[in-house]
Amino acid sequence: MSAPVIIASDLRKQFGDFVAVDGVDFEVRPGESFGFLGPNGAGKTSTMRMVGCVSPVTSGGLSIFGLDPERDGPEIRSRMGVVPQTDQLDAELTVSENLLIYGRYFDIPRAECRRRTVDLLEFVQLSERADDQVDPLSGGMKRRLTIARSLINEPDLLLLDEPTTGLDPQARHVLWDRLYRLKQRGVTLVLTTHYMDEAEQLCDRLVVMDQGRIAAEGSPRELIDRYSTREVLELRFAVGENEAMAVKLHGIGERCELLPDRILIYARDGEDALSEVRRRGVDPGGSLVRRSSLEDVFLRLTGRALVD
Amino acid sequence: MSERTLALRIVPVELLTARRPQRMVERSVMFYRHAWMILVSGFFEPLLYLLSVQVGFAALVGEVTDNGVTYDYAEFVAPALMAAAAMNGAIFDATGNVYEKLRHSKLYDTVLATPMTAADIALGEIMGAVARGSLYSVAFVLTMWALGLVGSPLVVLAVPACVLIGFAFASLGMAFTTYMRSWSDLEYINAVTLPLLLFSATFYPLSSYGGWSWIVYFSPLYHGVAIVRGCNLGVLEWSMLGNIAVLLALSLAGLRFTARRIGGLLLT
Amino acid sequence: MSTPTAVRVWENHLMRYRKIWGSHLLGAFVQPVLYLFGMGLGVGALVDRNTESIVLLDGVSYFAFLAPALLATTAMMSGGQSSLWELADGFIWSHRYEAMASTPLTPREIADGLALWQATRTALAVIAVAGVLALFDETRTWGLLVAIPAAVLTGLAFALPISAWSSTRKNGSSFPAVIRFALIPMFLFGGAFFPIDLLPGWLQPVAYVTPLWHGIELCRGAVIPSIDSGPVAVHLAVLLAYTSAGLLACWITFSRTLRP
Repeated sequence: MSAPVIIASDLRKQFGDFVAVDGVDFEVRPGESFGFLGPNGAGKTSTMRMVGCVSPVTSGGLSIFGLDPERDGPEIRSRMGVVPQTDQLDAELTVSENLLIYGRYFDIPRAECRRRTVDLLEFVQLSERADDQVDPLSGGMKRRLTIARSLINEPDLLLLDEPTTGLDPQARHVLWDRLYRLKQRGVTLVLTTHYMDEAEQLCDRLVVMDQGRIAAEGSPRELIDRYSTREVLELRFAVGENEAMAVKLHGIGERCELLPDRILIYARDGEDALSEVRRRGVDPGGSLVRRSSLEDVFLRLTGRALVD
Repeated sequence: MSERTLALRIVPVELLTARRPQRMVERSVMFYRHAWMILVSGFFEPLLYLLSVQVGFAALVGEVTDNGVTYDYAEFVAPALMAAAAMNGAIFDATGNVYEKLRHSKLYDTVLATPMTAADIALGEIMGAVARGSLYSVAFVLTMWALGLVGSPLVVLAVPACVLIGFAFASLGMAFTTYMRSWSDLEYINAVTLPLLLFSATFYPLSSYGGWSWIVYFSPLYHGVAIVRGCNLGVLEWSMLGNIAVLLALSLAGLRFTARRIGGLLLT
Repeated sequence: MSTPTAVRVWENHLMRYRKIWGSHLLGAFVQPVLYLFGMGLGVGALVDRNTESIVLLDGVSYFAFLAPALLATTAMMSGGQSSLWELADGFIWSHRYEAMASTPLTPREIADGLALWQATRTALAVIAVAGVLALFDETRTWGLLVAIPAAVLTGLAFALPISAWSSTRKNGSSFPAVIRFALIPMFLFGGAFFPIDLLPGWLQPVAYVTPLWHGIELCRGAVIPSIDSGPVAVHLAVLLAYTSAGLLACWITFSRTLRP
């Protein structure tokens, strides 16, 4: 029963000389929420497009629902929903017409389309805007409409490419709430993101992607435990003093990371680390103790920040 | 030769993957329900040309003789303008609108995320453009009838002929659109349709071209004009089969090209 | 002594034109030339064969009747083109005029510079067409040199009022309507292709009001002196009225849009 929904083995995508996806392996299990975490250019979107059967695989194996994307593209797509990075809504049609016509592309009978449209608009809380044009809607509303659209065919698998990029904090939370409910209904979610809070909130499991390859895999908790400490102490000093300070702080905590504008000290207990710093006579301009996040995981794995 | 092989020879193989092209037409219908003024105003131009002929040129030219038949000028030009209306009616939908959807609104990317295929898009959009051209053709016939320019009941056959004309221009136009890089490239379309309008034995008979008449045969519009004019006259000739064949060949060629190009552009 | 400000604006337009002059001239020039050959020669042959047309056309050939008028229609189309999408682009999409307005230039000077530019652009297209006219015996007269400025004035009579209107638009959605319901009817029925005497009685006064008809009469009268084209002073007055009203309107709308 639990056959994986998506299986990728040594999947590669090449555009001319440029290798966007460089041999990735992953499996997505039914009902789980799976994430691709990585900065822009990591190969997430290219991978998603291959899974979405709109981009031919250069080499390697990819099967979705046990089917081959090259041969059974239309059938796979009929069971999938896609929320692209840019909404690509039809600005010439109204809100409900966008859903209606999309349903028709799936050969869903007209009456059924209408019924589902009403339900979906309610699900994303856009019922009062049903007959409005698309353009005046806010960014968050447009994204909710796109999600509603992606569900018109009652898919088993939903692909979301950077679902909350560009949205204000409130809109992001509304969206997360909707996605969480979908997850509760048993829909398999696959999403890409470069927001660590999104990955932590939404994903059961995720892979960290960088430059076309998978750097690590696991649940958010597992990744943090494996690649980072429980807490992080952030210290700020005057311009140019970082390196000198780092020498003085050597040995505090498990690890020390030097960033252009901060020093990060990874320790089990951040307050203890801060006391030790003070005890050594170092007085930082600013200090902050926080819990470890996926940002730290990414920094550890690749030596770079998630968001440039 | 098996039936399947024969079919593949005639119909471009990519098109056999088309499942539901009519959905693209459904979408256009949804749009035009809001924007029917666009449809109506598009008919204005062929109407204006017809009126200018009726009002002005008819008095200046008087009568015209073509192939042994003498016409009043308006009766001579009207069928040609009908063919031109089918051409223009089909071509904008297949070029400007398609370019917008392809490059700007990214409508086709959205459609391809569903079970629809690139062939569906190519065929469906062309069908939509043809539908628009045919709408104008019917309106044109009715206008001709109102102005007393109809020469024979066989003029109803001109409508399917105009469907074919629309098909040829829509598929060629859409193929061209896949090569456009910017809005100004649309100028090239006008640069082609205007000479076609003026030099396809539309406003003056083939005999006027003298030694140059062989060039006119290269105009796809001319072949449409020949059929429509004959229908209005009530005279169907065997040569019309040749005209039909030309238009059909252009349609299939354009269709094949478009399907392939759209697929290549969108499925990278 | 610095260059007059309007000229500075004109120079800016000229610089941008350098990239697109090829395709613009091609478009602005090819169309009228096609009509010249297609209608002028093709239909012309039919018209000249018809004895009735001699009376209607004051005894000249159809080619001689049509060709000078195409100078005026070229100017109208060029004026129209430059005052629709191109102009709106400066306000809506590229915000070029706003950038200009943030310099010491005043909206009036921007409008003046634009008018200068539209005149230049139209002149280029008209001269190109006049060049073709000069290839034919019937239209190779000194009158061409008079017809060219007359045509340019006609172009401005369209360009300036239309520019004032387009500068107030939020998008280009109503532009095709201007072309379809104003410019093209004028092009077909304004007296270029056949004398307006042939128009139904109620429509003729409408033609008298359009700048195009006056421009056509001026050009035709200049190139083919044997045609009776009515009082020159009246035609000029109408064109100047449209032009100055248009410029004034531009001053007002540009000021309102750029310095609200």
